[in-house]
Amino acid sequence: QFGAEFRRFSLDRYKPGKFEDFYKLILHIHHIANLEVMIGYADVHGDLLPINNDDNFFKAVSSAHPLLRVFIQRQDEVDYSNFGTNTLSRKKKALVTLRNDNLRRRPHINISMPHDFRPVSSIIDVDILPETHRRVRLYRHGCEKPLGFYIRDGTSVRVTPHGLEKVHGIFISRMVPGGLAESTGLLAVNDEVLEVNGIEVAGKTLDQVTDMMIANSHNLIITVKPANQRNNIIRSSRMSGSSGQSTDSTASHHSLPTSHMLQNFHPDEMESDEEADIVIEGGLEPQHIPKLHSLTSSSLSRINGSSLSHRLQRDLVLNNNSGRESNGNIHKLLSSLKTDPRHSLVIPRGGIEEDGTVITL
Amino acid sequence: QTVEHGFPHQPSALGYSPFLRLMAIGTRSGAIKLYGAPGVEFMGLHEENNTVMQIHFIPDQCQLVTLLDDNSLHLWSLKQHGGASELREEHRFTLKGPPGSPPSATQITAVLAHSSREVLYLGTESGNIFVVEAPSLRVLEDRSIPSEAVLQRIPEDNCNRRSCELVEALREHPKNPDLILIGYSRGLIVLWDLQNNKVTHHFLGSQQLENLYWQRDGSKFISCHYDGSYTQWPVSSDNRQPEPLENTVPYGPFPCKAISKIYWQTTKNGLPYIIFQGGMPRASYGDRHSISVIHGSQQTAFDFTSRVIDFFIIFSSEPAAEFDDPSAMVVLAEEELVVIDLKTPGWPAVHPPYLASLHCSAITCSHHVSNIPLKLWERIISAGSKQNIHYSTMPWPIDGGTNIAPDPPQRDLLLTGHEDGTVRFWDASGVCLHLLYKLSTVRVFLTDADPNDNMNTLGEDEWPPLRKVGTFDPYSDDPRLGIQKIYLCKYSGYLAVAGTAGQVLVMELNDEDAEHVVDHAEADLLQDQEGYRWKGHEKLKTRDGPVQFEAGFQPFVLVQCQPPAVVTSLALHSEWKLVAFGTSHGFGLFDHQQKRLVFVKCTLHPSDQLALEGPLSRVKSLKKSLRQSFRRIRRSRVSSRKRRGGAGNASEVQEANAKFDQDALQEMELAPVQRKIEARSAEDSFTGFVRTLYFADTFLRDSSRHCPSLWAGTNGGTVYAFCLRVPPAERRMDEPVRAEQAKEIQLMHRAPVVGILVLDGRSTPLPEPLEVAHDLSKSPDMQGSHQLLVVSEEQFKVFTLPKVSSKLKLKLTALEGCRVRKVTVANFGSCKTDDYSENDLAVLTNLGDIQIISLPFLKLQIRYPCIRKEDVSGIASCVFTKYGQGFYLISPSEFERFSLSTKWLVEPRCIVDMPEVTSNNHVHNKSGVENAARKS
Repeated sequence: QFGAEFRRFSLDRYKPGKFEDFYKLILHIHHIANLEVMIGYADVHGDLLPINNDDNFFKAVSSAHPLLRVFIQRQDEVDYSNFGTNTLSRKKKALVTLRNDNLRRRPHINISMPHDFRPVSSIIDVDILPETHRRVRLYRHGCEKPLGFYIRDGTSVRVTPHGLEKVHGIFISRMVPGGLAESTGLLAVNDEVLEVNGIEVAGKTLDQVTDMMIANSHNLIITVKPANQRNNIIRSSRMSGSSGQSTDSTASHHSLPTSHMLQNFHPDEMESDEEADIVIEGGLEPQHIPKLHSLTSSSLSRINGSSLSHRLQRDLVLNNNSGRESNGNIHKLLSSLKTDPRHSLVIPRGGIEEDGTVITL
Repeated sequence: QTVEHGFPHQPSALGYSPFLRLMAIGTRSGAIKLYGAPGVEFMGLHEENNTVMQIHFIPDQCQLVTLLDDNSLHLWSLKQHGGASELREEHRFTLKGPPGSPPSATQITAVLAHSSREVLYLGTESGNIFVVEAPSLRVLEDRSIPSEAVLQRIPEDNCNRRSCELVEALREHPKNPDLILIGYSRGLIVLWDLQNNKVTHHFLGSQQLENLYWQRDGSKFISCHYDGSYTQWPVSSDNRQPEPLENTVPYGPFPCKAISKIYWQTTKNGLPYIIFQGGMPRASYGDRHSISVIHGSQQTAFDFTSRVIDFFIIFSSEPAAEFDDPSAMVVLAEEELVVIDLKTPGWPAVHPPYLASLHCSAITCSHHVSNIPLKLWERIISAGSKQNIHYSTMPWPIDGGTNIAPDPPQRDLLLTGHEDGTVRFWDASGVCLHLLYKLSTVRVFLTDADPNDNMNTLGEDEWPPLRKVGTFDPYSDDPRLGIQKIYLCKYSGYLAVAGTAGQVLVMELNDEDAEHVVDHAEADLLQDQEGYRWKGHEKLKTRDGPVQFEAGFQPFVLVQCQPPAVVTSLALHSEWKLVAFGTSHGFGLFDHQQKRLVFVKCTLHPSDQLALEGPLSRVKSLKKSLRQSFRRIRRSRVSSRKRRGGAGNASEVQEANAKFDQDALQEMELAPVQRKIEARSAEDSFTGFVRTLYFADTFLRDSSRHCPSLWAGTNGGTVYAFCLRVPPAERRMDEPVRAEQAKEIQLMHRAPVVGILVLDGRSTPLPEPLEVAHDLSKSPDMQGSHQLLVVSEEQFKVFTLPKVSSKLKLKLTALEGCRVRKVTVANFGSCKTDDYSENDLAVLTNLGDIQIISLPFLKLQIRYPCIRKEDVSGIASCVFTKYGQGFYLISPSEFERFSLSTKWLVEPRCIVDMPEVTSNNHVHNKSGVENAARKS
């Protein structure tokens, strides 16, 4: 029970019925009628989201294509902070230690926890950047909002060996109301863009920078020099204070603030942050499917090898402590989790190598 | 970058050296190009980028002088260096008047390179003639001929101070180098004795003078005038102020346009050739660009397709020869070079071996095929020679210099598709891009244009006796005929061409003329998707019944895409006899053996309304309207030129252009340049646009059986793979070809897919169809596992096959901000050893850089800047060859060739030897002087 156990069943997509019925069905199928469980599902982006009322149940069923993967967890072990991020693989680790006591609370009472939230942006590398700069990461992942900003050419004044010089620069020219960029509050019109995903934009044309940003749009990290510096200094000092306690800043490679390396980028992270391509196989035999399902999982548990588990444990420990820490810290932690390649469950790299198919017709 | 092919953009001056037998062409951008025998060419560029106004070779020297529009003179010379000749600028010089004099005082209008090779006479706007020493270009002040000195010798009553304004022409006496003829703009002509510094004769023309020409023996000269007349004048010792012998207005009696240049060539049979430019009746033919040749009772006015820049006559330059005996006329028009054989009756044109007008009709696409088998090559040439029967058989008359470049190692074809529905086949093996054969697809369709329009339908008594010459014809009858994609299989001779209105023609090479019906099939790419309406152009109407085709490539089947959108990708597999085509709506596969459509696949995203609306949809309309307005301007420019003729309005047009440019600039500056940063989504428009199609025999389904497959990549980053079942050859006609979709890959970065390639077990790209059958390639390794390379505009990705899992990738845009525009596999051989070669990807980015990326590890090997990034049409026109060379358009009419390979390099290497400098030339000249002296 609650190890790796898989059941496959079908539901009427258009009339999924009530959550209550579904809950009972789950308990019945898995023969765990005597347990309080938390039901979650993997959405299209691979995020683990809860199913605890009619609305999100309906959403889960309607968004399933064509399989809906449902995860069942005992109520008492649910770590709510996991929801909304790419934490499916973590969850598996959490399941390693099972406890037996029962809890009485129904899940939908937990309205105070961030059930359906995801990070949309974060400030990173605060400790290594000059105070006048800000490195912002935008998570478009799973978000319906457009990135929503425009850039333009402009000139900025730089200190050079020959004195002050006007140089060409790229600036944010416009924010789309309701866009991701605006909603973060971290970017503003007339901010100068200095880097895109760790690559300096100096010497590049507007079109080149545009192309770079779009190419990185799935995980865009831009370093800006905010136009409103006063505001920035206040914020950055606060942020650096809290991040001093977080693990991310203790990354082993310390370097000068002027370094072009992104500190939060692990070497393989550039590769991993990207969503994998989708391969659809045509004309496959239907009996393939169950096999695939189990294969994916087994290969997954296999690749979550020793080095990973080590890291996960570390992250877990951190997470337990994080209750005391600021919200920003959780975000940072989550972001570091999210970017690890081996954490994405939807299409794990190893999984593809194993069988090549994830989504079946 | 090695050599430029085609016709120079905006030529502005022409020069010829009968001594070197070299021709020089100058352009508006300050380039100067020398051409001799095929393969002999040189290029130089003035630093100033100013228009070259005049070019004069220094007699009996390997030197020439150019005059730019900033009034500077430049002396160039051909010197041997490392076994080959090179063109170098030696000196430059700007004529300066005394302080305070107006600029017109030194504005050079006429240049005479004197046969003594030591001096140049420079006629100016002020009427003064300056003398500079060659080659140092130093002014010899004591030898200048001020207009005052000339005026002194002219009787007062015949002229005033203004008669000596502006020197129009300077001509040296053909026998006596001490006499020069000076023509002033207002009609006064004087013969000046250089030795004694005096006027020996003066001639009073009543009309504004345009040009002068001596008869060979120096006893007469001819002048041509602004009113369209020419006049013969005698030069004899007894009359110092002779009256004209004969005054003719060849196209009178109504007012005529100016005759701007004239030749008078003597022949053995006594009847001279009089050849002049212009002179057409102003009202009815003032818009023609003509050169008339009169020989006895024969008279023809050659009617050129564009403005005549200049022309010269090739005649016997042997000083001992008694007559000129002209052999050919070389005419540089604005858009093409035309050479007329004057020896063959009927005066046919000579087929030029170089300087071909690539842009006879605007180039819409190009395709390069390397290493053509000899058999196909010969068949194409023979088909082409049947088209060229109306050309003269005369050998190319401009034959100076020696081509010492090694013979091209292989036969290469460059195919260009044109807006008028033609495909031209060029010999691209060597330095001279030479037209082999021209294919027209127009015959298959019904168009508005009357095919007889272009025929010479001139009757006997037509006057003036105009005859159209040249091939430049930029006006397409129907833009839908435009060729967009070409694919030639060099082994089977199958050719597929696809055009603007969704037409795909498959052709076969036939050595005989034939008349047959072209089979017709429709491919509905929308496949009953509801609610779409095509707002673009209609498909072309086809001709019913059998059509007569000349020998060459003859279409046998037409596949019409519905809706008739531009064909955006095309692939032909000659072994499987299949042709695949794609538009912005989807793609299809056609079996051209059974003439049966195998399948179609719609790639449209349901939300993509724009793609359906045709070329005038919102996104494209801006681009379109810009282009149209430019075209309008171009058209009005040409027509205004036609209307008013002559060169006089060029400056006005320029002004208008400059004004337009300025306006356009201002407009652009007003709108702030900003770029939207947005991730691509499936809903973006034109995601269904099929960018690339690829046939491969590979492991698509499982790793034990390989099968034929078709791959398609779209603008939205989707790759479709279809498994094909092609019946074996013996049952090829009996069983249908079947296709089944096997895979669909969606690249998450959603960038347009520009290339798909399968690498075999040895990581070599799969060979072309029939390559193995012709023993020209090793058969692919089917043992090891195959890999799939997908190139998008942003990334290169290698996947394993048959399980499509990502193995390797190279991000380009995310790191460098550049995007892939063109990609091809190129084979790079070592220049040192014959047995080593490797396959790499040659990539052109939107910044105009060329990068070489290794296969299969996707490592960037080298990067060259190649094309300016602003040169969008240059980047769009670039084609790579299979052996690491490439071509791109540097102007509508010129290809620049470049080479990335050390082994395959095509560049001009030639030598110009000074012909034996004829001491007897001098002797002859001397005797001429004596003769002249004795006469006088």
